[in-house]
Amino acid sequence: MLDPKIPRGPLEHKWRNYQTDSQLINPANKKKLNIIVVGSGLAGAGASATLAELGYNVQCFCYQDSARRAHSVAAQGGINAAKNYQHDGDSIWRMFYDTLKGGDFRSREANVYRLAELSAPLIDHFVQQGVPFAREYGGVLVNRSFGGVQVQRTFYARGQTGQQLLLAAYAQLYKMKRAKKVTLFTRHEMMDLVLINGKARGIIARDLVTGQLKRFVADAVILATGGYSRVFRLSTLAIGCNATAIWKTHKRGAYFAAPSFTQIHPTALPQTSEAQSKLTLMSESLRNDGRIWVPKKKDDNRKPEAIPEEERDYYLERRYPSFGNLAPRDVASRAAKERIDSGYGVGRLKNAVYLDFKHAIERLGLKTVRDRYGNLFKMYQKITGVNAYDEPMQISPAAHFSMGGLWVDYELMTTIPGLYAIGECNFSDHGANRLGANSLLQASIDGYFILPNTINNFLANCLHEGSQTTEHEAFEKIEIQVENHIKKLLMVNGTKTVDHFHRELGKIMWQQCAMSRNKKGLTKAIIQITAIQDSFWKEVKVTGRNNEMNTELEKALRLADFLELALLMCTDALEREESCGAHFREEYQTEEGEALRNDQDYAYVSAWEHNHGEFKLHKEALTFDNLKPIVRSYK
Amino acid sequence: MKATFKIWRQEGGDAEGQFRLYDVDGLTEDMSFLEALDHLNEQLVQRNENVIAFEYDCREGICGQCGVFINGRAHGPNDAMTTCQVHMRSFKDGELIVVEPWRAAAFPIIKDLVVDRSALDRIIEHGGYISAKTGTAPEANAILIAKDKADKAMDAAACIGCGACVASCKNASAALFTSAKINHLNNLPQGKQEASKRVLEMTRQMELEGFGSCTFTGACEVECPEGISIINIAEMNASRIKAKWLE
Ligand SMILES: Cc1cc2nc3c(=O)[nH]c(=O)nc-3n(C[C@H](O)[C@H](O)[C@H](O)COP(=O)(O)OP(=O)(O)OC[C@H]3O[C@@H](n4cnc5c(N)ncnc54)[C@H](O)[C@@H]3O)c2cc1C
Ligand code: FES
Repeated sequence: MLDPKIPRGPLEHKWRNYQTDSQLINPANKKKLNIIVVGSGLAGAGASATLAELGYNVQCFCYQDSARRAHSVAAQGGINAAKNYQHDGDSIWRMFYDTLKGGDFRSREANVYRLAELSAPLIDHFVQQGVPFAREYGGVLVNRSFGGVQVQRTFYARGQTGQQLLLAAYAQLYKMKRAKKVTLFTRHEMMDLVLINGKARGIIARDLVTGQLKRFVADAVILATGGYSRVFRLSTLAIGCNATAIWKTHKRGAYFAAPSFTQIHPTALPQTSEAQSKLTLMSESLRNDGRIWVPKKKDDNRKPEAIPEEERDYYLERRYPSFGNLAPRDVASRAAKERIDSGYGVGRLKNAVYLDFKHAIERLGLKTVRDRYGNLFKMYQKITGVNAYDEPMQISPAAHFSMGGLWVDYELMTTIPGLYAIGECNFSDHGANRLGANSLLQASIDGYFILPNTINNFLANCLHEGSQTTEHEAFEKIEIQVENHIKKLLMVNGTKTVDHFHRELGKIMWQQCAMSRNKKGLTKAIIQITAIQDSFWKEVKVTGRNNEMNTELEKALRLADFLELALLMCTDALEREESCGAHFREEYQTEEGEALRNDQDYAYVSAWEHNHGEFKLHKEALTFDNLKPIVRSYK
Repeated sequence: MKATFKIWRQEGGDAEGQFRLYDVDGLTEDMSFLEALDHLNEQLVQRNENVIAFEYDCREGICGQCGVFINGRAHGPNDAMTTCQVHMRSFKDGELIVVEPWRAAAFPIIKDLVVDRSALDRIIEHGGYISAKTGTAPEANAILIAKDKADKAMDAAACIGCGACVASCKNASAALFTSAKINHLNNLPQGKQEASKRVLEMTRQMELEGFGSCTFTGACEVECPEGISIINIAEMNASRIKAKWLE
């Protein structure tokens, strides 16, 4: 069994006790210590800036041309905090409860409690840094509600919350760059991890402008590389989002937890062609007033306005009368899939459902609807060319967030000493399903508040070990391995493009390892993915050279890792013979088709070890001392 | 749907560049402009040619990484849109589509359509932040901010840093970008402490980076995907003069 290193004492005191018990490093010694942070999103930029303020020397990496473009920038909805500004009965405890329940009791109590506990000071922090959160006329901060909870605890900055938080973190990063405590390496992609004496001591990165491989050494390495849902190819993530850094470190010994737990968002725009490269998210807030339906008749090709009321199936309202259109994401996505797969889908590719504002406009008036959702309607029109005030939107589920990631303990350290994982790339607080507006929060507190405290326990012991240089033979060895990997890829010189293989992989993952899974499908998927992997290495064609900017090569390298990760995801989904949160195994459902969790046998975190292409399961037992696991019902 | 792309190709920063013509078939109106370029790149790979380097990441108009001239206009034919949001339905079947990188002395070309915009980051580095350390913040509602102030700050803060303003300015000025950040922060009580210093340092850096000066043609405002107003520039200039006086 894995030890998550949970601190002593009652839940409410654990974080404080941890801080009391942990080691400190004096400022003179901090100056001697070097830290690598891979990633410049909320988690990476927050950690880099804060560690630098504390006196450490930080090297921060991102693959984009500027740290400001990390995909945190795309979050629209908001960020949760238990401030109880609305006087509606919110508290740290209630937020803890909502998050643990939302995650279907597959996360760690102590971590979730800490998330809720640190949420309020985080809002203070962002306000201080100049985030223009929405305000009431009187000047106080505004809140709104978000899926899956009954209080208003979401803070937001127009429809661009992630952008505003990220820009605040990015500005602090540059502040510390100017202070010469942070060195930034943009357009650098981490290719592998370097271990010395079993500890993480550096990375090999590829300079994306020159193609050169470079070595970087440090006393600790922090990964903050974001989500990996691009494994599905079509997702709400940015095109460059990848699993390379976490996958390569997994292969060097870091355990991978709950890899298959993926959140599928119910309100994205549907795919319209084979060539499609990404799916755009439409904010979930639309479900507050929009009604979701499909025709009652299969293959109904009439225009939506020609379908009379009594021939429409408002299936969420029908199945979940109390939550209706506001059912949680996993439930809403699965219900849409069920209708689409049964032949009731709408749109040219029959892969969508309607989100209709007709009744909202009748009830509230066009002006109110425009005030509330004008931005989103505009965005919809930009992408689809359709005016959604006149006809219903077409929406469809899309891969959105990875709850899984590198296994970390309470200190956010992986199973490799000196290697930490923060933000979306770790598995930590969301269990089997993430609540909306909780992940900007998680990425931010990991980076700003938790890691800068927990890293001391490790670093305090590094001081005696002395520094390393990139001349160490371990760097030489890994660099050669990376170089050979790249050469091998360029030498295949087959006939098919990288995107061809990514499309194939995406289709299989979407069919077998997304909203609903079963033993037969997963077993088949593993065989199919292995076959794609084989043909990838025999038939892929990448033009251009290694030692130049080569965007095709970048894609190929990322896909090579996705192909391996996909196998682990299917293996994980196959092993967990229960349904929980976003993980829905068709064999384990109630008579009404709802998820059937099995606490007796599966109340653990699956943490996978990589062993020469084989995956070995380790378990971290989950105990619930403060909340009794209940059935998550939204009926 | 068919189109002929006329695209700027340039091996590297020091290399000579030239336009090349590509006839592309098999497009659809639903494809985004960047997906059409992906499609072209797949064909180039099949023909054993090097792909066209172009920039993107989010492909939903918020990260600011994409950005090219399409038929002479920054971010293409539509108002208030980034390159990644342009769809092929904006073009006629068989149209000639000319694609060029941002052109500005402060944005050197790296390859094909990719330019180096790090000068914008260096402007932010010189004061585009509030000097507050993690852990030092007072309670969030302790300082009230009137809604109109907060909204105004948000209008300016919406900048995505794509560089279209610079690229579409005949003087290649970064005044819109710089003033947007200054006004975002200087409008908030938290940013007031360093307001004068911020204006002076950021504008000085803007000049050091080789951006031209602003002559108020307003071209930038028209091309800004976020619709950031040139009133920001006027406000920046006014507060700069004031700050210089006080210096
Ligand atoms: C469309 C969308 C909307 C969302 N809306 C919300 C919301 O409203 N509320 C909410 O709470 N959450 C939301 N989320 C989720 C949330 O935005 C993310 O979980 C969170 O921002 C992740 O932050 P991060 O710092 O972990 O990663 P990211 O911000 O993705 O940053 C990853 C960083 O790692 C770098 N990187 C990656 N791989 C490498 C490599 N190999 N080498 C070097 N650098 C690398 C990247 O360059 C980048 O800097 C949304 C997500 C999406 C996709
Ligand atoms: S790709 Fe992000 S704004 Fe266009």
